[in-house]
Amino acid sequence: MKIAARLATLCLTFGLSTPLWADSLAYVSNERDNTISVIDMASLEVIDTIAVGQRPRGILLSPDEDVLYICASDDDTVEIFDLATRQVVDTLPSGEDPEQFALHPNGRHLYIANEDDALVTVLDVETKHVLAQIEVGVEPEGMGVSHDGRWAVNTSETSNMLHWINTETFEIEKNIVIGARPRHVEFTHDDALLWASAEIGGTVHIIDVESLEEIHAIDFRIPGVNQDRVQPVGIQLTSDGRYAFVALGPANHIAVVDAQSYEVLDYLLVGARVWQVALSPDEKTLLTTNGVSGDVSVIDVDKLEVVKTIDVGRFPWGVRITLGTES
Amino acid sequence: MTPRDYWYCFLGVQKREWLRFWQQRTRFASALVRPLLWLVVFAAGFRMVLGVSIIPPYVTYITYETYIVPGLCGMIILFNSMQGALSMVYDRELGSMRVLLTSPLPRPFLLLTKLLAMGSVSVIQVYVFLLIARWGVGVRPPLEGYLAVLPALLLAALMLGALGLLIATWVKQLENFAGVMNFVIFPMFFLSSALYPLWRMQEASPWIYQMCLLNPFTHAVELLRFALYLRWNGEAIAITLGVTLVLSALAIGGFRPQRTRLLGAHLG
Repeated sequence: MKIAARLATLCLTFGLSTPLWADSLAYVSNERDNTISVIDMASLEVIDTIAVGQRPRGILLSPDEDVLYICASDDDTVEIFDLATRQVVDTLPSGEDPEQFALHPNGRHLYIANEDDALVTVLDVETKHVLAQIEVGVEPEGMGVSHDGRWAVNTSETSNMLHWINTETFEIEKNIVIGARPRHVEFTHDDALLWASAEIGGTVHIIDVESLEEIHAIDFRIPGVNQDRVQPVGIQLTSDGRYAFVALGPANHIAVVDAQSYEVLDYLLVGARVWQVALSPDEKTLLTTNGVSGDVSVIDVDKLEVVKTIDVGRFPWGVRITLGTES
Repeated sequence: MTPRDYWYCFLGVQKREWLRFWQQRTRFASALVRPLLWLVVFAAGFRMVLGVSIIPPYVTYITYETYIVPGLCGMIILFNSMQGALSMVYDRELGSMRVLLTSPLPRPFLLLTKLLAMGSVSVIQVYVFLLIARWGVGVRPPLEGYLAVLPALLLAALMLGALGLLIATWVKQLENFAGVMNFVIFPMFFLSSALYPLWRMQEASPWIYQMCLLNPFTHAVELLRFALYLRWNGEAIAITLGVTLVLSALAIGGFRPQRTRLLGAHLG
């Protein structure tokens, strides 16, 4: 694991995509089944299903890929899931109803959105101490931390805002109003821009990180799909700055966006209510969680084609893919 | 008769059919209009209808256009085979069939050769249609699928050609082609998996579902669908092959020149 993590860091430093080892696995949280599905990335088959806490939603890998952090929303905890033994080995005090979270590049500071309390909780995963609780807008949802660790950004669904949190002071430096119900944020790999999805607004907003101003908004129009079903949620950006993939919720499509011109290149049909997306470390494969149809679609990034859809549990929510280990 | 004679005859019949095809390019174009209208106009309205279930040979969600393409390939072969087989009968006295049937080679060989020649022309039309579907509508089966579907297309063409020939021997007037359309082509096309998957038919009515299962065209379409997506479907292969053998035997056995003479006298 450690060698793999170092290799991944090295590749990211030089702007290279990371080669995937043969035992690369994907982890999918099934919100309604209270389970994690494990998918073998070589065979694209589910190889294990493990019971975890109630209503697992957001999931995150630790930088060394030893553990998976799971937001067990109805248990009001973050669970630590050991990837070697495939067991929940510990829990973290997350505050109420954790849904999404983001890990600081230092591997210790976990930023958790507490939807019911209008708070962002900052937790040290090693000491389990709550470092700060930051008041944000109503119904905080999305969380992102920049790769350089300078910014943590939270979205508040009802206030329609992005809250820019200074990670040294744990204070909000700026609030930006964007489209209705912002759901998810993603920094570009050079931290120059932030992409934010607005679910009800049906748009994705591009924010310049230096000026903290919106520079562009992307609309999505899928032939044959009613516009009110276009509800952007999850976003993934390739490290070469070529593509952005946006999950369009009940529109059942993934939008492929040119990350330079912001032009939508294609819409790829996936399962019902596509929610979150994850790129494999080699960036050749994108997985999507399709909540209502209970499956995960596999997209070949080179061909921009959906190559398979795999049944998982009920209401899959989050997805993460490991690099695997050198055998 | 040596194998060389058979081969010479086979090539001759093929070449004649190809020349005819080349000379009737407008007919070829108009034969493509029908499936293209289905694909571009009809299927567009149902684009997202099927995005709720994954059925083999597909491994992910597909648009309705993707679903309907193998059925429309079947439609091209179905219409061509019926038209071709009917024209074979009316050609017997007046046209080239008469010359062909005077050949010393066995009649079953001549008829099968003729059916295969007609089938190969249909296959070309199917490939043009598949290319338009790929570049125009974005229906993209795997590239190897275009090769894998070739034997399936030829088998389906032979089966439907034999059926056409069998029907043609019982049709007395050319005007009866309208009857063939209503009583053979349309029921075969609509009561099959060409437009809707069988589970949809089962939902609608168990009777319709049973009729679809009994319809050999269903199995021919499934054979094309599976071959195009590089999946094996033993059941579709066995049924299509079996029906082809039975229909060919019946059609060739029933193709009687005496009947033709009577028909010729009647027409004359």
